[in-house]
Amino acid sequence: METFIHAYSWIDVRFLLQGLWVTIYVSLISIILSFVLGLIFGLIRYMKIKYVSAIVGFIIDIIRNLPLLLIIFFTYFGLPQLGIITNPTTASIIALVIFEGAMLAEIVRSGISSIDPGQMEGARSNGMTFGQAMYHVVMPQALHNMIPALLSQFVSLVKDTSLATIIVLPELLYHAQIIYSQNTTYLIPMYVIIAIMYFIVCFCLSMFASHLQRRFDTD
Amino acid sequence: MMKKIKQIFLLALGIGLIFTLTGCSSANDNTYKEVKQSKSITWGIRADTRLFGLTNIRTGKIEGFEVDLAQALTKQMLGKNAHADFLTTTANTRIPLLKNHNIDVVLATMTITKEREKQVDFTKPYFPAGSSLLVPDDSKIKDVRQLNDKTVLAVKGTTAVDDVHKFAPKARILQFDDYGQAMSALKAKQGVALTTDNGLLAGIAQENPGYKLVGGVYAYAPYGIAVDKGQTQMVDHLNKALKELEENGTYNRLINKWFKGIPGFNVKEMLK
Amino acid sequence: MWQILTNNWSSFLTGFWNTILCSVIALIFSLILGVIFALLEVAPPKIGRIIAHIYIEIFRNIPLLVIVMIFYLIVPRFLVRLSGFQAGTIGLTLYTSAFIAETVRSGINSIGDGQMEGARSNGMTYIQAMRYVILPQALKIVIPPLGNQFVNLIKNSSVLAFVAGFDLMYQAQLIAFASFQTIDTYVVVGLFYLVLTLPLSYYMRHLEKKLSN
Repeated sequence: METFIHAYSWIDVRFLLQGLWVTIYVSLISIILSFVLGLIFGLIRYMKIKYVSAIVGFIIDIIRNLPLLLIIFFTYFGLPQLGIITNPTTASIIALVIFEGAMLAEIVRSGISSIDPGQMEGARSNGMTFGQAMYHVVMPQALHNMIPALLSQFVSLVKDTSLATIIVLPELLYHAQIIYSQNTTYLIPMYVIIAIMYFIVCFCLSMFASHLQRRFDTD
Repeated sequence: MMKKIKQIFLLALGIGLIFTLTGCSSANDNTYKEVKQSKSITWGIRADTRLFGLTNIRTGKIEGFEVDLAQALTKQMLGKNAHADFLTTTANTRIPLLKNHNIDVVLATMTITKEREKQVDFTKPYFPAGSSLLVPDDSKIKDVRQLNDKTVLAVKGTTAVDDVHKFAPKARILQFDDYGQAMSALKAKQGVALTTDNGLLAGIAQENPGYKLVGGVYAYAPYGIAVDKGQTQMVDHLNKALKELEENGTYNRLINKWFKGIPGFNVKEMLK
Repeated sequence: MWQILTNNWSSFLTGFWNTILCSVIALIFSLILGVIFALLEVAPPKIGRIIAHIYIEIFRNIPLLVIVMIFYLIVPRFLVRLSGFQAGTIGLTLYTSAFIAETVRSGINSIGDGQMEGARSNGMTYIQAMRYVILPQALKIVIPPLGNQFVNLIKNSSVLAFVAGFDLMYQAQLIAFASFQTIDTYVVVGLFYLVLTLPLSYYMRHLEKKLSN
């Protein structure tokens, strides 16, 4: 018990909070960018543009079926060989955006496909352009259907940031490892507190999701 | 049928794309000219190694002998207002990062080996190190040869892995990403001993009561500063700066600052 | 690139085999655990529902890597010694079982209460109705999402690299950093993973289409 009290000194907790901040910050940027990317590529894939959609779809399938860890290695060790020097933070964000973007694109595609094609035809026959029909009629319904899948993907993204410890991104797990590698008796207290921290962040995100969905439903 | 052909075509295209992308290699620039122009050097250092480079939890900064040496070398080479940048590396990431130009120089407890000399160029040794063993106080192991048929813990990409095999060919080796994980594994009894350089083990032993160094140094292997292969101008300037620091007493001051009073460490032997 | 493959053929095969072994073991046990917790969630006793709910939320909201690390570094201090492979497989099983429980539960819910009532009014007990009427239909519906969970499981097995689990990713790191041909090694390893995951996810998409028609 005493170990726990010592382990949770303000200095250690502050160091962990700094790590948590990096986790949240990297997650937020990656969520926003990967959502935009997912929307664009999901749409491209849905629209069945000759060759373009097939190629985009194929690349998305490749990325979706690789481990994120491998993609993190690629962005950190591979991109510099193409002349793009990355630091751990940008490499992690790029990897997360590519991987989660591909996962989201698939969710977006199946979300749009789930909407009855008659809706699109109806809107078009009422004089809307494809873009207008998509924006005003199809997309709002599709997004509503997608919310659970989207949000669980976002929660996955937050959890996946922990994999970036391997390229020394100074996030929560890495900071915990720094602390317990300097005082190994802190091993258990550190895993207890970071498990709780991750849980709170992810659980709040899930709660926010169901709140959002309820609001959508009552509208 | 057409659809199948199209799919195969796309598959070939995708794989071809990957091959061409990986075929590119980075341009061979002159590191010394670059750092001289920008008046800054990016050093690859360690953040998990007591006495050499360790994150201070209070400040979040990395502190140690190698960090201080890097700062001193930067100023010695490029003048007083030159700037030293640091990037944390691990045993297995430092060479790829160097070859990729993420960092200009590696100063990260890196042993000079023939194998590595094919990939990078080393300066003269800056620290006399060698492989040793760390075991729990109640362990019966006294020598590396007793490790046959036992599990030994090591860190990925270190020379100790090969050294153990030389003396104990039947030892089973588990490799970890950093010393923290390897030490945690030793505490969890995932192996009977942790092997790496004496300097690092001394730091770990100092921090973890109940563990001791045994068997002395079983393979001598000094550390060198590494730059990308072919950067001879950079190596020459680093050697020159290192020699100047040894002559003006800075090197001795840093050795004393970090290693004086560490049990099992003969500081006098190291002073230049 | 072919040199990397031929020079390290046995290492790659060892890693490939361990990745498959770990994935299959974790799949079997996470399916069993997942179905058990899904049944607890829909069953009438409140206590079972609460237990299942806590279990699912915990394992869904903590990173897999943290779970695996706990089994690798902490559990051996109190219970049994676990190798990296064992700790990784156990962590993977528990983590995946939470997702499978959610998937199976939504499958059961989609069957509708009418079927259960019908079966019960024909004299079946709750357990019989669940066993012979509801569960077979629910499992059939959730085959595509379960398949996708299996794809995720294979990808996630790469965390074994963090705990010296001798899987594909662990071998890849050793090969990459010994040969210094980082990118080539990762491309080869990527192809190994795709051999496992790509056919599976295409087949699941095919099934999904067939079921929705």
